[in-house]
Amino acid sequence: MKGRSETVAVSPGVRRIEPQPKGAKIRGRRPVDQLEAANRFIAATEHERMHDARLWDLRQKRDAEMHAMPEWEELRQMASDIKEHTLTHLAHYLEEFERNAKANGVHVHWARDAEEHNRIVLDILNSHGAKTLIKSKSMLTEECGFREFMAGNGISVTETDLGERIQQLDDESPSHVVVPAVHKTRADVAAVFERTLNTVPGDDDPVYLSEQQRQTTRPLILQADAGMTGCNYAVAETGAIVVCTNEGNADLSANTPPLHIASVGIEKIIPRMEDLPVFVRLLSRSALGSPITQYTSHFRRPRAGGEMHIVLVDNGRSKRLALEKFWPSLKCIRCGACMNTCPVFRRSGGLSYGATYAGPIGVILNPTFDLHKYRNLPFASTMNGSCTNVCPVKINIHEQIYGWRQEIEKQHEMPLVKKTMMKAAGTLLANPTLYRAALPMADSALKHLPRFMLYNHLNTWGRQREVPEPSKQTFHQWYKENRKPRA
Amino acid sequence: MKIGLFVPCYVDALHPEVGIATLELLERFGLDVVYPPNQTCCGQPMSNTGCEEEARATEALFVKNFSGFDYVVAPSGSCVRQVRDYLTAVEQTPEVLHLRKTTFELVEFLHDVLKVDAFPWAEFPHRVAIHNNCGALRGLRIASMSERREPFFSKPKALLSKVSGIEFCDLERPDECCGFGGTFSVFEEGISAKMGQDKVEDQIGSGAEYVTSSDSSCMMHQEGCARRMGADLKYIHIAQILNGNAA
Ligand code: SF4
Repeated sequence: MKGRSETVAVSPGVRRIEPQPKGAKIRGRRPVDQLEAANRFIAATEHERMHDARLWDLRQKRDAEMHAMPEWEELRQMASDIKEHTLTHLAHYLEEFERNAKANGVHVHWARDAEEHNRIVLDILNSHGAKTLIKSKSMLTEECGFREFMAGNGISVTETDLGERIQQLDDESPSHVVVPAVHKTRADVAAVFERTLNTVPGDDDPVYLSEQQRQTTRPLILQADAGMTGCNYAVAETGAIVVCTNEGNADLSANTPPLHIASVGIEKIIPRMEDLPVFVRLLSRSALGSPITQYTSHFRRPRAGGEMHIVLVDNGRSKRLALEKFWPSLKCIRCGACMNTCPVFRRSGGLSYGATYAGPIGVILNPTFDLHKYRNLPFASTMNGSCTNVCPVKINIHEQIYGWRQEIEKQHEMPLVKKTMMKAAGTLLANPTLYRAALPMADSALKHLPRFMLYNHLNTWGRQREVPEPSKQTFHQWYKENRKPRA
Repeated sequence: MKIGLFVPCYVDALHPEVGIATLELLERFGLDVVYPPNQTCCGQPMSNTGCEEEARATEALFVKNFSGFDYVVAPSGSCVRQVRDYLTAVEQTPEVLHLRKTTFELVEFLHDVLKVDAFPWAEFPHRVAIHNNCGALRGLRIASMSERREPFFSKPKALLSKVSGIEFCDLERPDECCGFGGTFSVFEEGISAKMGQDKVEDQIGSGAEYVTSSDSSCMMHQEGCARRMGADLKYIHIAQILNGNAA
């Protein structure tokens, strides 16, 4: 990390701080304009540079871990196979999990969607008279709009993961599935804490800041009525759930209050304990380039005198499972490696996607929630394929991005201007005579770049790039003059 | 061996010298190379943008132009990638499937099919950085990729090593996409340009005088960025180096 270079000294005692660029503008179901937000992120040069460097550093650490493990590619294949097998027999394993969890004395609930999930959790809390809830990080609860729902129902929720807590205090979504506040500089965090935790203005010392957060959050944890966790793996044969954290905050959330509620996406199931190490070995190496998370916490039954609930949530997953081309996205273990490696994500910031999931995995997941709203996301990609090849469960991400582009066109979600351009290009390129006519006539110099090549966006090309220099002659003309035409 | 020469549209119009170098190079090996005059494009701009339907007629024309050859060779990784993996809007007849299998990018054709072991006519006494087009790298697998745990290999480097005088310059992020991405370069201009600028910075930092690639489209984008940035870098297609064109 670059430390204090994130702020610029203007004159002694006065520092100009680049404000944190905000995410995509959300206007109901109107299509999110990822590019607009990305452009603002890129214009905030200190943020963009810091963000790119931090995530590239994670990618390099991941590479080092990969090289230290000869069986890396085999493990990826195993992980992918286990997931594929489980998804193929999902109903069977879910029932097995439920049976075993119940036998362990855990209450098991089923939620069809986000609304039902939130309602179930609220009912559990209400039946215990619980008013305060601490929770560890869970992308599923982000999917469910959980915090807003609880706030509207008089429940006070406190995030216990540091990054997630920063985002909560700033009233912003996480920008990354593993490092939720990675888009913020130290100065940004200092500003949030100054505003919300009364820290000393301008002091961005990380030790000071995290200590302040700790001091203010601890009492909330100790006094909470209920605790909530997500789940990384739900083991069918034991009915246990496994949560991986680096801060031990899942243990705090689950074990401090007497009531523990875990939200579990139905795709989190793995059949056996024996399958777990495959994922544990891949997860943190892929995510952060560390061999393992600091904590791998197993929750199997309620503590003595306590109560444990598991909410199994569908929220679009079974619909996704039925999509012939797109079901493999359910193999995802939310490691974020595809984000770290994605050159578009690193330069755009996660908030530019305007959705629960950002980066390559977001590009293929979000359209399953709302194709209209997220129809631009599959175009925020060069389909370079780096994501597919870092993915520890071998999801064909870039092929799915290609697939979503076709789907968008099929479901009439392609903006008319783009569609018209492609129609024109298709007509031109299918007809050699028209095509040749669009190029300048023989033996006159190519004065202008053929417009169809730049899709009539000449200005767009030229804004930050020079237009290629015209050549005297096309290859076609040269060939005619220099070789006997055959074929 | 009868070879169909596929010269993608931007090579045809903007970089005819690349087409010429490719043709001459293939002829040096005694191959019967034919350029079907009615060729246009492989359909990539449309199908990459989600409009496979709009690509169908162009694909059909491609099939019509290039059927009946032993191999089709093109100096462009991304176009060949398109043909091999995504030429799917037309009916998949045995003829189409054969064509898709036998369409090669120039580097892999020289390396895997012809197994060329020398370019005695070529000399290039310069510091050179290699750029691998993403479609060629991860789709056609012309080089090992840093994302995977696999032994190092690079077909372009193996070929260039047989040209005397080249000093290779290593990039810090050799596999990072340069941001061209076909229609991405115009529809998502801001991100595309930023990626291009970063790529050029990396190339400058490597100490290279020349950047070479088997794909002109990425280089058109990179060169556009480099010129705007005032960078003193030259871009040359690998066909020109291997053909011994004076730099
Ligand atoms: S898609 Fe793959 S790389 Fe991306 S978060 Fe999911 S498991 Fe990780």
